[in-house]
Amino acid sequence: MKKGLILGVLVAAVAFGAGTYFGRSGKQDLTISSSTSGASYSGGFKADAATKPEGVIRSVAGPAPTNIVVVKDGESIQAAIKAAPKGTIVRVMPGTYHETVYIDKDDIRIIGVIEEGRRPVLDGQKKLNDAILYSGNNFVAENLEIRNYKGNGIMGQAGNNFEIRNNVIAESGVYGIFPQLGQNGIVEHNVVSGIADAAIYIGMSDNILVAHNDVFDSVAGIEIENSRHAIVENNYVHNNSGGLLAFVTPGLPIKDTVDVIFRNNFVVGNNHPNFGAPGSTVSGIPAGTGILIMAADDVVVESNIISDNKVAGMIITDHANASNITADPESDPNSDRVKILDNVMLRNGYDTIPEAKALLLADGKVGRKNLDIVRVGPSPGSCIVNRHQYITAGVDDFAECDFTNTAATVNYLLPPVPPREIKPGERGKVVYLGICTGCHTYNGRMIGPPVQVIQALYMDNPQGLADFIAKPTKKRDDYPEMPPQDYLDPETRLAVAQYMLQVTN
Amino acid sequence: MIRALALVIAAMGTAGATGPAPTDFTLNTNCPPGFEKTGGVCELRTLYQFYDSLENRGLGGTRTSLPPHRDGFTPNQIDLGRYLFFDPVMSGDRTLSCASCHDPARGLSDGRPRSIGIHGEDAGRAAPTLWNVAFLKRFFWDARADSLEAQASGPLYSPKEMGNTPDQLLKSLNDNATYRRLFKEAFPQQRGPIAEQQVFTALTAFQTSLVSLNSRYDRYVHGYDAALSQREIEGLNVFRSFVARCSECHTPPLFTNEQIAVIGMPEPAGQPFDVGAEAILNSPKLKGGFKVPTLRNIARTAPYSHSGAFADLRGAVDFYNKGRGNAVPKGMTLYLHWHISDPKLTEAEVDRIVDFLGALTDETFLPQTPARVPSGLPPTKRGE
Ligand code: HEC
Ligand code: HEC
Ligand code: HEC
Repeated sequence: MKKGLILGVLVAAVAFGAGTYFGRSGKQDLTISSSTSGASYSGGFKADAATKPEGVIRSVAGPAPTNIVVVKDGESIQAAIKAAPKGTIVRVMPGTYHETVYIDKDDIRIIGVIEEGRRPVLDGQKKLNDAILYSGNNFVAENLEIRNYKGNGIMGQAGNNFEIRNNVIAESGVYGIFPQLGQNGIVEHNVVSGIADAAIYIGMSDNILVAHNDVFDSVAGIEIENSRHAIVENNYVHNNSGGLLAFVTPGLPIKDTVDVIFRNNFVVGNNHPNFGAPGSTVSGIPAGTGILIMAADDVVVESNIISDNKVAGMIITDHANASNITADPESDPNSDRVKILDNVMLRNGYDTIPEAKALLLADGKVGRKNLDIVRVGPSPGSCIVNRHQYITAGVDDFAECDFTNTAATVNYLLPPVPPREIKPGERGKVVYLGICTGCHTYNGRMIGPPVQVIQALYMDNPQGLADFIAKPTKKRDDYPEMPPQDYLDPETRLAVAQYMLQVTN
Repeated sequence: MIRALALVIAAMGTAGATGPAPTDFTLNTNCPPGFEKTGGVCELRTLYQFYDSLENRGLGGTRTSLPPHRDGFTPNQIDLGRYLFFDPVMSGDRTLSCASCHDPARGLSDGRPRSIGIHGEDAGRAAPTLWNVAFLKRFFWDARADSLEAQASGPLYSPKEMGNTPDQLLKSLNDNATYRRLFKEAFPQQRGPIAEQQVFTALTAFQTSLVSLNSRYDRYVHGYDAALSQREIEGLNVFRSFVARCSECHTPPLFTNEQIAVIGMPEPAGQPFDVGAEAILNSPKLKGGFKVPTLRNIARTAPYSHSGAFADLRGAVDFYNKGRGNAVPKGMTLYLHWHISDPKLTEAEVDRIVDFLGALTDETFLPQTPARVPSGLPPTKRGE
């Protein structure tokens, strides 16, 4: 058994065991509340008035493009993407594709076509690194089957407004689905299994919905890490080493995890032996953990069915008690303001770790055969309702929550953010200043001739200038040849030409 | 682009000769390349300003905006900073300028495993490039300074580097009529003798003009697919893959996430173990932790690592492929970063990463070395 994560428990147990022992005795009467009545949670993300959605958002990638290309078995998905202008649906027919697909432009949708159950399969044959790498905005991946990659199944690096749905991902490396540094995304209806770290990993991202996924046989089921405003709901999370995780990992450039709702999930039998890579954060998760909250703030846990997780239904901890976690003076190490609402907890903690048993003892709970919730390390401002339902260690000093449900919070998604409009003149100026001035100054010789000379040559001919810079020819004996600026599109080339012809210093 | 670069460098060599030799020192009233003069001060302009990033942190993928940066200095201040940067009068024995160790001809580094100070002393660490320091929040390998102004006193007064003292530095500047005039021009509001803070401000102003964002990689980012060769694109995909995980720390667009990471690179033979950030943050878990360095212009700044353990780029990249903890000294416990793994890249994949890193070269905004500096000392780098 890996027990790195909560090795320090014993020490802490003694410390807070002493504090809570006395307070407990007077607690006779139960506070009973119902989740169908009572106040709703009002603490989460609020869209500002300008972006406030009308109605429930089910899509964030914007209107579907009308340009469609079809990739058939034996062809290359990447070749199609390379040729596609932004704003293209790439339809992938059933078949087997051995490739790494990367998307560095906006508005690309890779949509598999499923024919009588046959999907397009991306097969990395345990040789390729990642199946899909995207950094463009408004990216959609649907209906694919991904297997046998070594890195990640689907990995995002900074794309916003993404939708990843209806995919089947198995035995595909470190993370099944891993959007990173993105805003506004949906991960839903995916079946992900056999992953060496988290099946679904939301890393350093904001405004996320993870819903209706089936994740199993992985080290971690669904992990929300250094992210804000995430809702994880209606997922079936079973037979992982740890089910649902809300973490702050130290040493990342985004320092906190705040405002996460775990609700209506099935978190069942997460007892898979931990096969996380040595040194990885998840390798320290005790196999048999339903929900694990480490250093994340404002996590609401509501209406989940949490059963048959052998170590505990839910562990709340901090960085100090996690021995395999590095230090980060800029991260708050504690899980602040955890909110535990009504959940169904059954048969958890039936084969727990010695540290947890010690905590139960410290709470004066002798002879318990199960353990639903265990907390170690400070967790200021936390609350719970109907605490008498659960077998707990270390949560006696949680306050009573002043709400019983999250019904008022539908989701944290935003309407698709329209692309920023950049006027050609603005672009022309920035290209001139950001690129051309490296070689041209207004009135002096630099690497290229003075702008004054160029103005005299092209005064009434901006198009001629724009054409020259796309394919410069050698003009002057005493100057080197100018490198082509063909990476700028024609509109930008004209804009920069116009700008260059009117500068005055 | 390789050719374009060669052109730029060739042109640099002749720039001093072809420009009119200044009879007396004047400060430039125009902003350096890449900057727009608005309201008398210079503001950076780059295509990256058309992009966004999560929480405005300037980290992510291809079309991601840059982190917040320093600019807004006057052209005079920037140009005065340039003279100071190249003037050996700044060092205790008048032999070293900042440019001795941050040499425009060597990627704004010095080509040495570790720098050598005024008395030939080993400075203990390698000189980092100064490209894109305008975007950094923490300085030095161990992140011990939090601004360029605070950083400047480090090399100036360290006996292992420039070996000067505040008194001597200010005396030599105040004794120089040219500098007195130039400081008045650059800081017209301020009365009295040249003050240390003005020196730091001018050096900062100049260093924030050292911007490199026009590499072939950047052209690819801005939408020109053909800017990178097939091999370089393969390299980019290995670099950002979750097998190699390079971009998890060397995150675009600056190719650093500016965090401290313990990765366990070796010391060169005979060098003592450098505890790095442990000493600064008083945190044993950060023993051997260093600030993730930028990889822009990395092909120009061999040798590599905080102490020059790797002679060439391939050696530095291959370190990661030798497995987690491959160079941790016997008997020492390091809390290695979780992204340091055992990626088992193929030799070809390692080569492709090196190919890709070559596409991060851009020195079009290389500053001009002044033909003369106000002290009258030769504005040279130390002879080899
Ligand atoms: C790497 C240096 C470099 C950059 C960057 C550069 N140029 Fe040039 N440019 C040159 C050189 C060198 C010449 C002289 C070529 C010759 O005479 O053969 C030149 C010449 C020109 C000319 C004169 C053409 C003629 O017919 O005589 C124009 C117009 C021009 N550049 C526009 C631009 C624009 C617009 C940009 C920015 C998009 C730009 N340049 C960026 C180096 C550069
Ligand atoms: C003797 C060689 C030497 C000289 C001269 C020198 N430096 Fe450095 N510089 C270094 C070394 C070595 C480091 C790294 C030191 C460390 O991290 O402990 C460094 C680090 C820096 C950094 C931090 C960069 C980063 O990415 O963290 C800046 C900025 C800098 N120097 C600017 C200057 C300026 C300005 C001057 C002139 C006042 C100067 N240096 C003179 C060797 C030198
Ligand atoms: C965990 C964060 C992390 C990861 C992942 C990482 N690096 Fe680094 N890298 C660093 C740090 C920190 C240093 C400085 C270490 C030192 O000098 O001791 C460094 C140094 C380097 C250097 C030398 C830079 C210089 O200026 O001397 C190169 C080159 C480099 N890394 C390339 C890579 C490549 C290629 C990968 C992927 C195979 C990679 N790095 C993965 C953190 C990382």
